[in-house]
Amino acid sequence: MPPLTAPKSGDALFASVDRVNAELFTLTYGAIVRQLLTDLEEVEEVNKQLDQMGYNIGTRLVDEFLAKSNVSRCVDFKETADVIAKLGFKMFLGVTATVTNWDAEGTSCSFVLEDNPLVDFVELPDTCQGLQYCNVLSGVIRGALEMVSMKTEVTWVRDMLRGDDAYEMRVKLIKQVPEEYPYKDDD
Amino acid sequence: MALAAIYSLFIINKSGGLIYYKDYCSAGRMDTNDSLRLASLWHSMHAISQQLSPIPGCTGIDLLQAHNFNLHCFQSLTGTKIFVVCETGAQNMETLLKVIYELYTDFVLKNPFYEMEMPIRCELFDLNLAQVIQKDRVALLGR
Repeated sequence: MPPLTAPKSGDALFASVDRVNAELFTLTYGAIVRQLLTDLEEVEEVNKQLDQMGYNIGTRLVDEFLAKSNVSRCVDFKETADVIAKLGFKMFLGVTATVTNWDAEGTSCSFVLEDNPLVDFVELPDTCQGLQYCNVLSGVIRGALEMVSMKTEVTWVRDMLRGDDAYEMRVKLIKQVPEEYPYKDDD
Repeated sequence: MALAAIYSLFIINKSGGLIYYKDYCSAGRMDTNDSLRLASLWHSMHAISQQLSPIPGCTGIDLLQAHNFNLHCFQSLTGTKIFVVCETGAQNMETLLKVIYELYTDFVLKNPFYEMEMPIRCELFDLNLAQVIQKDRVALLGR
């Protein structure tokens, strides 16, 4: 039997999870965004709602990722970012991201996605130019990291739907909430 | 060789609340209040053990061995703890705990009507859990 703790590779991980038809996934997401636009009318509100939905997904998803990938505690935020880019994206979206543009303190970086299954078939109309179509993804990352005690801020920098050459998501670590119990705060 | 059996299974959320309890034999059966109390006690003991450790980076108690039972505990990185109380000498309990963790992510967390951190009332989870425990017993019988 292999050791319990051996982390899986991205490909092995992707092969081990159940998958659905990519078009079903893409079209379902499209339908959700469309419905939100109809219901909420304001593009800004839709962005917020997508982010909130992603957050709710992320808080649940993170446990599945940890259970199935066998990764252990990351030593620093750099390792966390790598794990998300190479394993997290691969497991749930079937693509990998590149981690770039680290700042000097090592607290913020960019995930660059060349390929994004959420946006196949999508063309943003003029009336929705402010729409962050993939905001659900940034929400997922924020939610997932919060469950492992990292408060982050996730924003989109580049978006192919708006004519950029790739998808770039900026992740900024705001604070790392210590997990220890505050034994010593009685004074 | 005597058949090793699981006495009971507990799942506690990150704040120490019991969200799942199941017993598998009549010995040492507990009522709701006792199981809740025991779960939060274990949560605290787990935390204290981290403070007791002379070496930094301790993540808590993995195994408690007593004269006539063992308690195997698994804590996920998100703070959820799963522990089983079993006969001494029961094998492969770490693997079993990992499998239970996977079932929890599949059948509890993915259930859209499950509220996070709340008691688990998911039939699919019960069913799959029963199967895993059963299989575990069969594996033990086979040895």
